[in-house]
Amino acid sequence: MPSTYTPIATTTYGSDAGAFSFTSIPNTYTDLIAVLNIRSKKAASTGLLCSRMNSDSGSTHSYTILTGNGSSASSSRNTNVSWDSFAEIAGNNAASGVYSTVIYHIMNYANTTTNKTLIARVNETSSNVSAQVGLWRSTSAMTSLQFFDYDGANFAAGSSFTLYGVKSA
Amino acid sequence: MSPILQTLANGSAYGYRSFAAAAGDFESIATVSVGSGGSASAEFTSIPSTYQHLEIRWIAKAGSGTRLRLQINTDTATNYSTHLLLGDGSGVAAIGAANEAKIAISAATSGTSGVFCAGVVSVLDYKDTNKYKTVRTLSGIDNNGSGEVALNSGAWRSTSAVTSLKFYWDSGNLDQYSSFALYGIKG
Repeated sequence: MPSTYTPIATTTYGSDAGAFSFTSIPNTYTDLIAVLNIRSKKAASTGLLCSRMNSDSGSTHSYTILTGNGSSASSSRNTNVSWDSFAEIAGNNAASGVYSTVIYHIMNYANTTTNKTLIARVNETSSNVSAQVGLWRSTSAMTSLQFFDYDGANFAAGSSFTLYGVKSA
Repeated sequence: MSPILQTLANGSAYGYRSFAAAAGDFESIATVSVGSGGSASAEFTSIPSTYQHLEIRWIAKAGSGTRLRLQINTDTATNYSTHLLLGDGSGVAAIGAANEAKIAISAATSGTSGVFCAGVVSVLDYKDTNKYKTVRTLSGIDNNGSGEVALNSGAWRSTSAVTSLKFYWDSGNLDQYSSFALYGIKG
């Protein structure tokens, strides 16, 4: 059986820096998995991490979120926005050493027939756990994936971004 | 494989060397892709016993208001149970069902053209004949104003090794371009 789940690229910030993108993503896989361990420099206990496919800044994205914050569960959504996920992550005022884990699955990312759906798990150990689904209303193959802070803050040194490709038989 | 560039806010860019895949730890076993005309189900049969765990990665579409179901080893008896935690953008719901003839594993679908539900199903220790089998799923569909995200836990009360998996909608066919990919994970 063909082995898969191939690491494509990875980086860890040696110093605080802004938005990060995987670009020129090859179309040779079936799904992509992006694994982030990340902390925002926003001057708050949490920051807001957004993702965007193909740098499309049009209002062609939307998402639905399920969140538990330790005392209650809630769900929210946003429509016609320019990002396809919205995750609370550790901010600059979180305890030192706290980074949030976010794992995105982008299914059938290279096909040119369907709109693109991503699903994600978010673990922000100081405040919440969430599951998300996002939609990019485009049948274009996804060739780049950007991560940025909603408020324009940097990501902290030590934040890591890893992309894997999974190829079906 | 061409390098992937990292783009930073300071304008610098880095190229990356290709990574060699680790041999044999996560392997593709089979794929079911639905063609024109649709299909009642997607099935994996004769699943080899050479792995520790299974993972099924899928996108699927049908008419509105139906959930994806899973049956194991063609067992149609009431040997299954399910818990779902759902968020629909405005509220949260919890669903539990015992003694069912299948496991409900996904968010409810939309019938909108080109909008597919997506999910990842894990079946741990699938060949262990000392344990009942537990299934866990993350799934979701967003349709720009409607949709659901779902976490599932399901059980098949059998100690038999898993040799087949059948996915189907509660009602209606799997639409064209639905796709299910089975992977084996070695322990």
